[in-house]
Amino acid sequence: MPEKPSSSVSVEVRGLHKSFRGQPVLKGINLQVDQGEIFVVMGPSGSGKTVLLKHIIGLEKPDEGEILIGGEPVHAEGVMDRHRMAMVFQSGALLNSLTVGENVGLYLAEHRLKPDSEIATVVAEKLALVGLEGLEDRYPGELSGGMKKRVAIARALVIEPELILYDEPTSELDPLMAITVGEEIVKLRETTHATSIVVTHDRDLGFGIADRIALMWEGEILFIGTPGDVRKNSNPLLQEFITAEFGLTNKR
Amino acid sequence: MFQSIGELIVLFWKTILALPFTWRQRRKVFDQLFEIGNASLLMACILAMFIGGVVALQTGPVLVERGLASAVGGLVGLSICKELAPVMMSILIAGRIGSAMAAEIGSMRAYQEIDALKTMNINPVHYLVLPRVLAISLALPVLVIFAIVVGWLGGGFVSVFNHEIAITFQAYFNNLRSVVGLDDVFNGLIKSFVFAVVIGTVSCHQGLQTIGGPRGIGRSVTKAVVNSIVMILILDYFLTRFLLYFD
Repeated sequence: MPEKPSSSVSVEVRGLHKSFRGQPVLKGINLQVDQGEIFVVMGPSGSGKTVLLKHIIGLEKPDEGEILIGGEPVHAEGVMDRHRMAMVFQSGALLNSLTVGENVGLYLAEHRLKPDSEIATVVAEKLALVGLEGLEDRYPGELSGGMKKRVAIARALVIEPELILYDEPTSELDPLMAITVGEEIVKLRETTHATSIVVTHDRDLGFGIADRIALMWEGEILFIGTPGDVRKNSNPLLQEFITAEFGLTNKR
Repeated sequence: MFQSIGELIVLFWKTILALPFTWRQRRKVFDQLFEIGNASLLMACILAMFIGGVVALQTGPVLVERGLASAVGGLVGLSICKELAPVMMSILIAGRIGSAMAAEIGSMRAYQEIDALKTMNINPVHYLVLPRVLAISLALPVLVIFAIVVGWLGGGFVSVFNHEIAITFQAYFNNLRSVVGLDDVFNGLIKSFVFAVVIGTVSCHQGLQTIGGPRGIGRSVTKAVVNSIVMILILDYFLTRFLLYFD
């Protein structure tokens, strides 16, 4: 992990519970993410990873428990103004009615942080950083899944976030593109020093980029540790998740 | 139902509070104005022409039969500007523009675009609702002015060319001028402004409440149109009662 940078923020989740229509989805999540860390939350589909991410960025309100961003509750007045946070959604969640350039520059334009000419420069710079230079005038509908993800990353970078949340950044991508996106995440941490929380069920990505990994199972955290610790842990559920392989003789 | 009404009032209040940000959103307001005008003007004029015509057709022969041919202009003129133009144009706009608003915002909701806005600390009410409600509130009264004029013309054509009525253009418009005042036109415009606010708020609210994928979007669109029309017709009665005090 790099030296603790000033442009990042810590995250703490305490006793987080959430139910939807009486169905518990998160059952008392506790975790601490340090400044500048790449923290990967792994687990099977439906284990509550995305719901956890939505709580961290303030899109959902907990039934019980709290989320602290830099020591302040995420829903407290002005936290979103004091701490720059960004989320890269699983689908990219680009605004389909805007061009790539308008999507990437949206934060700066809406908050009137820079004049239009400077926004164009920043947009070009961020698109170049994710290898998509010159695509400003395209619409999201004209891009492949991988390109949309990278545009979403560029849009997140414009915010110069202290905390970036990635929701399944390699889903729907071919293995080569998945590696590229994984490398981007690490590269961006090196250049921006932001704290990164990555939610994924892609084991290769998780073990490849994480400083620490949390394994979620049915709304609970089974284990938190470095990739080495996770591999050594003897919990059968955890071992099943990290060693499962496709095979016709597999009796699961 | 009461929860929906409560949410609707809250959204309306938030939109009022967002009014100071109008200048910042002016480009989106103009875009929406263009959309509304472009999508509805021709249809509004065709509709108004035939509404005026049918009012003249239904009432003209009866009036002529009773020796009241000169009253056709006033009757058509008054019913068009105080009632038919604002109500029918509002229903048209609820169908054409309200449905489009609910579908667009609903799709943004379903595909997490609104969540993306929130993560960028962009208020969806400022970014999506305010420009739409403002644009429709400006555009509908203008469309109603067009509809009133075209509706009067439609009534005039039928009054002149229908052999059972067969009065002159001059007689039709003389009577219309003597009966219909500017305050009557203003009355229709006030109604259309209120209906526009209702259509904009209801449609945006339904869009923001969308759950699920394409089926959820379809449900929101249907609800937006039906709820808007129901509210327009109910409000029309109470607004008419209210505005009668100023006649």
